[in-house]
Amino acid sequence: MLLVPCPNCGPRNASDLRYVGETPARPDPRSTTSDAWRDYLYIRDNSAGWRTEQWYCRVGCRRFFTVERNTSTNDVRPSPLPRLAPEAPGR
Amino acid sequence: MALSRFGRSSTGDGEETNGSRPAARYSTAGLVRRGLSGSPWPRAWREHELASSYDVVIIGAGVHGLAAAYYLAHNHGITNVAVLDKGYLGGGGSGRNTAIVRSNYLTPEGVAFYDRSLQLYNSMTEDLDFNVMFSERGHLTLAHTDSALRTMRWRAEVNKLQGINSQVVTPDEIKALAPSLDTSSHPRYPIVGALYHPPGGVIRHDAVNWAYARGADAMGVQIHQKTEVTDLLVEGGSGADGKGPGGRITGVRTTRGDISTPIVLNATAGWASLIAAMAGVRLPITTHPLQAAVTEPVKMFLPTVVVSGSLHVYVSQTDRGELVFGASVDPFATYDIRGSLEFTEELAGHVLELMPALGQLRLLRQWAGLCDMTPDYSPVMGPTPVEGFFCDVGWGTYGFKAGPVSGEQMAENIATGEVPKLLEPFVLSRFAAGALVGEKGAAAVGH
Repeated sequence: MLLVPCPNCGPRNASDLRYVGETPARPDPRSTTSDAWRDYLYIRDNSAGWRTEQWYCRVGCRRFFTVERNTSTNDVRPSPLPRLAPEAPGR
Repeated sequence: MALSRFGRSSTGDGEETNGSRPAARYSTAGLVRRGLSGSPWPRAWREHELASSYDVVIIGAGVHGLAAAYYLAHNHGITNVAVLDKGYLGGGGSGRNTAIVRSNYLTPEGVAFYDRSLQLYNSMTEDLDFNVMFSERGHLTLAHTDSALRTMRWRAEVNKLQGINSQVVTPDEIKALAPSLDTSSHPRYPIVGALYHPPGGVIRHDAVNWAYARGADAMGVQIHQKTEVTDLLVEGGSGADGKGPGGRITGVRTTRGDISTPIVLNATAGWASLIAAMAGVRLPITTHPLQAAVTEPVKMFLPTVVVSGSLHVYVSQTDRGELVFGASVDPFATYDIRGSLEFTEELAGHVLELMPALGQLRLLRQWAGLCDMTPDYSPVMGPTPVEGFFCDVGWGTYGFKAGPVSGEQMAENIATGEVPKLLEPFVLSRFAAGALVGEKGAAAVGH
């Protein structure tokens, strides 16, 4: 059991949610290189320790939200970031 | 051959400090002699002082790392090799998997690769003088839906084209192969067919680790347990600290001191991203735990390995009679390898759906291992943008069955400096090139 705090629904078990994971900043498709774009698609830090990540409230309010989680211990705390990282300009 | 770039330096000082010779071959005569005399068996591999330099340093003493060390020494004569592990030998995924081997994959690249691995497993007991207890008992992948059955037919055709024994069977044939399965139309997900792969089976995974360790040790490879790598020494890279693409490996920093080496092989499965980051290399990998469980032993009743993708479970019975269950990976990335009761409950429910007669059977224990998952469910092998830094990672849930062939191919890659043909589809640069090898359709269970 992993309790993840949804901003609307409060602490929910991870099975009620969908894990989205690390969300790297999306490069501007008009100016990006194919290498940078494929890095954005596939490459992940996969770090151990505290990191910021996205979850989706699947059975509740259906909102994407951000939490901080320690990937070594699975401690979770709310993130000061309110929701998905802002997209790069030009979308 | 580029063998000349490796000095054939002797491992003499290691043997002097250690004072013992490599173990003699195991034999019936030896067994009788020891049984009668009661003298203790010699250790299968030796301990050494950490030297200040090696030709090759392999991080991770699991089946992949040890196999690479063994084939470097055996096939290429490179014996000045150290295998480092932060824990004990075979203590990661190599000792936590459910020990199933098979080659009925979906892509032609994958099938060729795993078929070679199965060949090596088949002759391993003789080749390595160690009984790995390979039981070629057949492998059933159940289909519960029309679309699953369609994928089975696809896989069977791909397999047949490459000479792999693999066929689609009907529920009646399944009942004949494994009578304990509920093949009626009553369950929520009735069994509509299966992919039957007779060459698949189970093997004793600890013995595979020990066999490679013993074989490598006998040829002069040094195995260092409880030796954690804390940093990789890289110079000339594009990063601010001299690491990253364009750089060159010069050494390894460990908890027991620094080692200088021109070549490092990262064979650390779930921890692969962390080791690669030490060289400034980023990988397309996320680490998820995979949970497994084992029941109390009962009389032998399940003659084949049974897998159900729709129910996310695979089951086999050990020679002791215990049922080994494995599941899909946990739904979120973590380095924490504790399991959860929720999972165990779900797994047990799914097994009961397949075999309702097991209702009274008790679980003995449950555990988890870390899987390094890639976007296309195929591994990341071969050279990286840092010269001298090789990877054999990204195995996800297929690592154990690919151990021997990975070791063999990585050894060839390191010794010759050229990427072998079998390994070519799986290089790291395939992601930048967009040439992914989609192997999700051959996953034992849906992930």
